[in-house]
Amino acid sequence: MASSASNSLSTRLLAGERLALSRMISWAENSNSRFPEALEAIWSQVGRATRTGVTGPPGAGKSTLVNELCALIREEERTVGILAVDPSSPLSGGALLGDRIRMEDRTADAGVFIRSMASRGSHGGMARSAVDAMDVMDAFGMHDVLVETVGVGQAEYDVVAAADTVLVVLCPGAGDGVQAMKSGLLELADVIAINKCDLPGADRLTSDMTEAVHLRTAGRDLWAPPVVQCSAGKREGVDDVLAAIKTHREHLKEQLDSHRRRKRIQQVRQVVGERMEEALWEEGDLTEQVEALLRTGTTPYATASNVTQSLLQTARVNQAKGIQA
Amino acid sequence: MSERRIRVLVAKPGLDGHDRGAKTVASVLRDHGMEVIYTGLHKTPAMIAEIALQEDVDVVGLSILSGAHMELFPRVRKELVERGMDQVLMIGGGIIPQDDMQTLESDGFAKLFGPGTNTGVIAEYIQTEVTKRWAASEAKA
Ligand SMILES: Nc1nc2c(ncn2[C@@H]2O[C@H](COP(=O)(O)OP(=O)(O)OP(=O)(O)O)[C@@H](O)[C@H]2O)c(=O)[nH]1
Ligand SMILES: [Mg+2]
Repeated sequence: MASSASNSLSTRLLAGERLALSRMISWAENSNSRFPEALEAIWSQVGRATRTGVTGPPGAGKSTLVNELCALIREEERTVGILAVDPSSPLSGGALLGDRIRMEDRTADAGVFIRSMASRGSHGGMARSAVDAMDVMDAFGMHDVLVETVGVGQAEYDVVAAADTVLVVLCPGAGDGVQAMKSGLLELADVIAINKCDLPGADRLTSDMTEAVHLRTAGRDLWAPPVVQCSAGKREGVDDVLAAIKTHREHLKEQLDSHRRRKRIQQVRQVVGERMEEALWEEGDLTEQVEALLRTGTTPYATASNVTQSLLQTARVNQAKGIQA
Repeated sequence: MSERRIRVLVAKPGLDGHDRGAKTVASVLRDHGMEVIYTGLHKTPAMIAEIALQEDVDVVGLSILSGAHMELFPRVRKELVERGMDQVLMIGGGIIPQDDMQTLESDGFAKLFGPGTNTGVIAEYIQTEVTKRWAASEAKA
């Protein structure tokens, strides 16, 4: 029964039905048990979209910029899927999702699909749902997928890092360049947009960032992210940002597949980790084993070593058996 | 393993310019663990329904002060149904005369809350209704 539901949803999605697209994203974010099968059914269509991750400090103008980028991309007759991730409240688990307020002029456009997503509880879970949602938009046939997260932590970084190109948006007034460097945002960046260039301090921030990029990349075999000025709120310089994104994509060209595969490995690694954890701790008897060891007075580290050794031992024995059989 | 959360679209159709009430409701619902998409002012029924579809919400909440409720509610409902979103729970708030309230509620397509309604009551109503709808659609699947 589950199987027929996921089949029909994927069939409807591939036929271009927007409600099916929306519903499959819900399946992804709810960890619905039917999602893996549904993804399987659309998997042959995944991989055609370009993916850009947009991040930066709160209020830097990410949503405004995404909206303007979307407008430019639409002029090229390409369709756009936008995923806007906002944090959940740690207390209630609820969320106020407001990014799309900045994207309202896109609502009436059938070539655009905007979805807000709350980060919800687990850190790995969020990155997974976001990547799944990007895959679904990709399979639906969106030419370009943009994902926005606030650049505040590892979970948010993981989301944008799954994209082909990472655009970091900074603006004057929201802390200085040193903060951006400390936060690790710059290491993630393939393109740096200095937004709100209509405000004072933009030139200073631009030269600080240019220097920071130079210090990091000069003489090394590293992509030097271009630093591009814009004022998304005034629709200025957005074309330069888009051009820089395209330049990075051009640069990736030959390695795009291996680039993407590396990111998929991260995704698989995380799912394997979760499955193992569940199998060992929730379904297996590891808790009892550990308790027994602790009872004998071993330290947490010695206990962990002991448990890990015996798990690996079991795995090796099973592997050997598998080879013999 | 399902981690479903109630998703609510809080929208403000029509031309009146106040959205304090809508914002208050949005944050109360957030505090009750819901994911609230807030859209800002002046939305047409078609835009509201389109956002509801893209966000796959369980609830559409309309805040109306302009007196156009008898026209707006049915139009939003119609746009939702056209998009296959007939499961969506519609609620409304604002200054709505008692008679109109009864008319709208009697069709069973909207639940209305007058000014001064305790916001916790709204949250509870949503929780109960949406849970019912989820159970019904699970049974069908
Ligand atoms: N002066 C100026 N303000 C801008 C510009 N671009 C955006 N803003 C304003 O900056 C504020 C934040 O914009 P958003 O696009 O919501 O920023 P954001 O980075 O998406 O914000 P969060 O998602 O909340 O982190 C809004 O008030 C925008 O109008 C710009 O180019 N110049
Ligand atoms: Mg934003």
